Amino acid sequence: MTTTTHDHDHDHAHHGPAKGITRWLYTTNHKDIGTMYLWFSFAMFLLGGSFAMVIRAELFQPGLQLVQPEFFNQMTTMHGLIMVFGAVMPAFVGLANWMIPMMVGAPDMALPRMNNLSFWILPFAFAMLASTLFMDGGAPNFGWTFYAPLSTTYAPDSVTFFIFAVHIMGASSIMGAINIIATILNMRAPGMTLMKMPLFVWTWLITAYLLIAVMPVLAGVVTMMLMDIHFGTAFFNAAGGGSPVLFQHVFWFFGHPEVYIMILPAFGIVSAIIPAFARKQLFGYSSMVYATASIAFLSFIVWAHHMFTVGIPFLGEAFFMWSTMLIAVPTGVKVFNWVTTMFRGSMTFETPMLFAVCFVVLFTIGGFSGLMLAVAPADFQYHDTYFVVAHFHYVLVPGAVFSIMAAVYYWLPKWSGKMYNETLGKVHFWLSFIGVNVLFFPQHFLGLAGMPRRIPDYALQFADFNMISSMGGFLFGASQLLFLYIVVNTVVAGKPAPAKPWDGAEGLEWTVDSPAPYHTFSTPPKID
Amino acid sequence: MSSSANHEHYYVPAQSRLPIWMAFAMFLTVFGLGSMMRDMSNGATDSNAQWFFIAGFAVLAFVLYSWFSEVIRENHAGLNSPQLKQSYVWGMGWFIFSEVMFFAAFFGALFYVRNLVGPWLGGEGAKGVSNYLYPGFEFSWPLLNNPDNALFQAPEEVIHAFGLPLINTIILVISSITLTIAHHALRAEHRTQLKVWLGITILLGIAFLILQAEEYIEAYTHLGLTLESGIYGSTFFMLTGFHGAHVTIGTLMLIVQFVRALRGHFKPDDHFGFEASAWYWHFVDVVWLCLFVLVYWI
Repeated sequence: MTTTTHDHDHDHAHHGPAKGITRWLYTTNHKDIGTMYLWFSFAMFLLGGSFAMVIRAELFQPGLQLVQPEFFNQMTTMHGLIMVFGAVMPAFVGLANWMIPMMVGAPDMALPRMNNLSFWILPFAFAMLASTLFMDGGAPNFGWTFYAPLSTTYAPDSVTFFIFAVHIMGASSIMGAINIIATILNMRAPGMTLMKMPLFVWTWLITAYLLIAVMPVLAGVVTMMLMDIHFGTAFFNAAGGGSPVLFQHVFWFFGHPEVYIMILPAFGIVSAIIPAFARKQLFGYSSMVYATASIAFLSFIVWAHHMFTVGIPFLGEAFFMWSTMLIAVPTGVKVFNWVTTMFRGSMTFETPMLFAVCFVVLFTIGGFSGLMLAVAPADFQYHDTYFVVAHFHYVLVPGAVFSIMAAVYYWLPKWSGKMYNETLGKVHFWLSFIGVNVLFFPQHFLGLAGMPRRIPDYALQFADFNMISSMGGFLFGASQLLFLYIVVNTVVAGKPAPAKPWDGAEGLEWTVDSPAPYHTFSTPPKID
Repeated sequence: MSSSANHEHYYVPAQSRLPIWMAFAMFLTVFGLGSMMRDMSNGATDSNAQWFFIAGFAVLAFVLYSWFSEVIRENHAGLNSPQLKQSYVWGMGWFIFSEVMFFAAFFGALFYVRNLVGPWLGGEGAKGVSNYLYPGFEFSWPLLNNPDNALFQAPEEVIHAFGLPLINTIILVISSITLTIAHHALRAEHRTQLKVWLGITILLGIAFLILQAEEYIEAYTHLGLTLESGIYGSTFFMLTGFHGAHVTIGTLMLIVQFVRALRGHFKPDDHFGFEASAWYWHFVDVVWLCLFVLVYWI
């Protein structure tokens, strides 16, 4: 037994990645898996983005230009599903895979084979989901929130494949989350106490908890749909004593924590980048941890604020209105902490910092419009208008997506061992920043003026703002091709990067070489 | 190995074919299932979707068998440090929590339709206006009269708590006790007792499943209580059905542990396969107690 162990350790210390394609197919290495997650996510970002371009092209002018309403509905649905489940979530899991073991001083993720399973489910699940576009009756067309009975009684045949795709991508998320929790709780280097962990690790610990709590609820609600569609149950049919509103309750019990799943890791990223470029310690570390935990707790008791107009009792409206507004307190703690971190710092504005500062400003705008939507009586006016679209795109695009881009620019030197082109990075930032605001800011006005969401055609008074919004959309979309070029160019032809390219950066990941060796911390570091 | 410190030599398997095959098998299984359901609902007679499902399921079963064998081999080879074993403990614990949340969704649905939607449809409470949809509908639970009986034929009668369900409750509670006795026997290295009490637990599990099938046959053939009989049937069969599926999985897990016990696996201080199966069994037992009270009794 001893001999076997010895040989194994010997191998382990020296072997690098396997050769050829099997390196990626059979890998158990957290860095390889993180890389695959990130590239997969970027591919989905471009696919979901191309659907968004179809939407914005159709809305460029009033009237039906390019596509039929049926196809337009498929585009809005697939855009939402692919961006949420295919682009944003896998990107954060990819970052978690790359960074968490290095940040806590672990040799790898706790359960390396299950880690690879979590990844490889996704290409199959999204191939199945995307294939619905070519099925009889077309792809799912009921919106990414798939409300019953649109998604049951009136759904196209392909809904069954959508349901099963959600099932297996949910299994992937749950396994990924279990792995992350086990890694954080069990694999920290000696001396790395919970309150010494980088905030990215903390936010992911809490996000993983949310994932394990709500992905099964999503599985439950799509199972109820499946049974209503194929086996005659009455969950969402009042004729049998069920209720379509039941769908919305179960869906949003998953859906609201889900939106925090897409933003808490972003908080962690920004909390790493701002101190690095302000050259100051993060202000209020422990209050950041407690604020994150409070947001996670509150996320379970606010779900019906998505349903103010559906006809819930008055007491429900009041409860969900106030509980929703409470979220502004811990979120405010975070925003003020970031601002205070920058206060009197020696700030420089490299690309990651530009994206991070932009995150703080624009995410806060998205948060404020969220507060407006939380006011139940006012929501009767805003509900299902472009104001809602503007709100959640402000928190998701210059929020979640910008944080992911900030993370890529910040850690790319560590991953690839090469430095990106700073000028091109800044150009990418400014084009994205201008594009995203031109794209989404006018949508606030459209919504307040009464333009409903999810329509391919609109009344003439909305024409100007829609045209401006579409032009912003095309600019934003095109700038992401520049992002692709910058990343590929860095990996292929970038200048070598030092182990610690940012002089204000802190954390264990900067103590290893750039690029990070295939195996890091096989022997745990000592943390003081 | 034993001399190494807790944090050293965490075993990271180099490469493995298992995960990607498992992902492929999962895809094939659900693609087959989805096609079968689509063809069934469209009345297609020339469907060959079941072959995708069967193939996927076969690969899935084979991969799972290989995967668990591999993990057991690694443990026997002494590759698993105490720290790594702790990862499996966390993994199983959080997996069971995810299962709890899955059942919570269905219990939540039951609570919502029973306490809010039902009375509203019957004309009571804050949203009693919905009674205009089905004038004359009166709500009662169990729901022996649906809002629209032409679309959903209501059951004549439902399963009462103090018949088969009570017997099943007793069976499952006893099975949790016998399993705990087996666990204590394992810790005390009483191998024969371990096998006997574990065997009894498995038999109790199978007995539960037979009685549950009996109950379903009764519901379908004599009571008119089916999946199609409105929300009572929907919640009843989905909750008890998913529980039954979990008992089946739990029994299979215990059978695997039984075979391993026969082959001389498990040490008093190292038997997480057994322990994880036992946790799962107790979890399934607790779900049943909730079902007995909330679905059958009150």
